[in-house]
Amino acid sequence: MAIIVVEVMLKPEILDPQGVAVGAALPRLGFTFAKSVRQGKRFEIEIDGQPTEQQMQEIEKAAATLLANPVIETYVVTVQA
Amino acid sequence: MKVGVITFPGTLDDRDALRAANAAGTTAISLWHNDADLKGVDAVILPGGFSYGDYLRCGAISRFAPVMEKVIAAANGGMPLLGICNGFQVLCEAHLLPGALTRNKDLHFLCRDQKLVIENNATAWTSDYAKGQEIVIPLKNGEGSFQCDDKTLATLEGEGRVVARYVGENPNGSRNLIAGISNERGNIVGLMPHPEHAIETLTGPSADGLAFFTSVLKAMVK
Repeated sequence: MAIIVVEVMLKPEILDPQGVAVGAALPRLGFTFAKSVRQGKRFEIEIDGQPTEQQMQEIEKAAATLLANPVIETYVVTVQA
Repeated sequence: MKVGVITFPGTLDDRDALRAANAAGTTAISLWHNDADLKGVDAVILPGGFSYGDYLRCGAISRFAPVMEKVIAAANGGMPLLGICNGFQVLCEAHLLPGALTRNKDLHFLCRDQKLVIENNATAWTSDYAKGQEIVIPLKNGEGSFQCDDKTLATLEGEGRVVARYVGENPNGSRNLIAGISNERGNIVGLMPHPEHAIETLTGPSADGLAFFTSVLKAMVK
């Protein structure tokens, strides 16, 4: 069994009000280390066995059509053993 | 002339859209997201709401609903198509319109009467307005901030495809105060505020929204 991880982030130029709100809440709790915060999404897709090259291509396609909106987001696909 | 209004699971404003289409003199037909055909309608409205619970991204799952395949093909062939609020988000996710709608800048869900200026009255949905006409219709959404890259913004502005703009303070951080845009041909329009909630003064802040629905009647008769 392997887990395919797709991490989706808003592009740097797209305003992320949720990240800004989290970033503003941190110092209120005494955490003063954060210069900025951006919030994203993480998908964990379980498959049987190790992914084949064809499956990886399909996951790329799924990430670009459904999991992420390439107009405003970027994504990274990795495999967890 | 028949105008179809699509109901997805989670759609809220289909009833008002059907009512608005009937009030404008067209015959409103209810369509279901799982329908495989468009029942012979001449135009389609994607109404507001939270289709599929807004899961993943607003409009991202609705875009792949069975009925959307037919809607996309018909709209690419010139059929008038209006996306209101969640419907606008679906149009962007379906790449029928450029850009995307993101979380309101201040994170608040906004629900208020909003002044707009009609910038383009040459689309299938705005010909009954005067260019530059100011209208007041409800705005109610959490993710209404229109975003796109600089090149797309320049194209939209250069080709006069900004259909409506917010007047006064920017309510949600939309680029260039954009409230609605159209495709190149002008048959597809996406609008964040709700004209279907403002077709008579008894229930809305004005009757300013009705002209969206009378405009399309004119476009179809032409």
